[in-house]
Amino acid sequence: MKGMTIIVKTISSWVKMLIVLFGIYIILFGHLTPGGGFAGGVILASSYVLLMLAFGGEFVKKDLPLPLVSKLDCLGAFAFILIAILGLVFGGVFFANFLFEKYGQPLNLLSAGTIPLSNIAIGLKVGASLFLVIFSLSICCKGSQLDRK
Amino acid sequence: MTIFYILMIFIVIASLIAVETTDLLSAVICIGAMGFGVSLIFLFLRAPDIAITQIVVEVLGLIILIRATISRDLTFISGDKEFFGTVVSVAIIFVIFLAGLRVFETLPEFGTAIFTEAPNAASQTYISQGLDKTGAANLVTSVILDYRAYDTLGEATVLFTSIIGATVLLRRKTKNTPETLQPVSES
Amino acid sequence: MLYALCFLLFMIGLYCAVVKKNMVKIVVGILIMEYAVNLFLIMLGYRQGGVAPIIDKSHLESQAALNNFVSSSVDPLPQALVLTAIVISLGSLALMISICIRTYEKYGTFDITEIRRLRG
Repeated sequence: MKGMTIIVKTISSWVKMLIVLFGIYIILFGHLTPGGGFAGGVILASSYVLLMLAFGGEFVKKDLPLPLVSKLDCLGAFAFILIAILGLVFGGVFFANFLFEKYGQPLNLLSAGTIPLSNIAIGLKVGASLFLVIFSLSICCKGSQLDRK
Repeated sequence: MTIFYILMIFIVIASLIAVETTDLLSAVICIGAMGFGVSLIFLFLRAPDIAITQIVVEVLGLIILIRATISRDLTFISGDKEFFGTVVSVAIIFVIFLAGLRVFETLPEFGTAIFTEAPNAASQTYISQGLDKTGAANLVTSVILDYRAYDTLGEATVLFTSIIGATVLLRRKTKNTPETLQPVSES
Repeated sequence: MLYALCFLLFMIGLYCAVVKKNMVKIVVGILIMEYAVNLFLIMLGYRQGGVAPIIDKSHLESQAALNNFVSSSVDPLPQALVLTAIVISLGSLALMISICIRTYEKYGTFDITEIRRLRG
């Protein structure tokens, strides 16, 4: 797992930025166009999976340390619960859409109240947890090959 | 209408190859072909949200499956010993299939949505009042994050639990591995 | 007829999960069953000549356009259910594959009858 040739490394380091940008677009415009937190989170995870396949696990571990990833995972889950509890406090019901009255214009980026915020939280959670599980799968495979040699 | 039949028959053929082939890597590749076919069907069924999610999830799932099967021994024993058990299970599955076909005759014809038959279906409310009540133009997002946000909370919990389970299973034991035992025995 | 093809796909997955002896083949069967159920749920909400459940600017110009959208949109509820189910299936796939890898490291084979014999 030292990584691939220099062609693959160069191309993937360029393409990575575009994939991250596309994932952020899918998450932010999830309430207007097809997409949303689930698809955008998986796209964000797949950008780092591309780096991991091209450069090897050690590079990604330096670039994005594992404790940071698990903190992002917990942050996404916590933000989602926090939005729900704020709905209970301000709107009276758990998961109430309490910001809806202030941004009434439909079909704008700033519309739909708490739905874009929930999309961001879900995107963080799904992306971080899927990256975590694929990273641990790759580490496990590397270890088993070393043991057999 | 014919595009659905063509894609559906493609998926069934790919699944038969994935079930019956003796090479694990070929089975995994056939699963990938099935996933892309399913994504195309979702696109033609006017569900672009699901098509995007399916195509991205398929790529990640294919990476996971190939990680599991590559560089393992790819041969496996053919199950000639339990011929009787195979025949019995195939017969039971065939009987269930024949009985289940009778159920599908009671469903409405393909192309008439089932929620139009019910007078007070919840989906009618979601479509007609979704923009006024939640402000989201994408009605699927307004359903998963506003009307049915408890679903998403449960989904996040299940995802968290399964990821924790996978991470705990894959964690390398630091106490019993030979690399950590060797320095102790040397010193 | 398309519903029956979905049911046939489900039965192929059930056959694969019940009869096959390789652990990866069992995972493949469970994946086939997931595809079949997702397809069936989405097909239940399809309307002939329908549009995707996303409101555009052209739908808001007049009341007639909005009424036309309401009477021709496909069902958003099964799409929302299937959207969560797809992501959950990826998590459960990771869990199943990690169980397979651990079993392979302990016993050196994917065959479940072999594993049963080795355990004694």
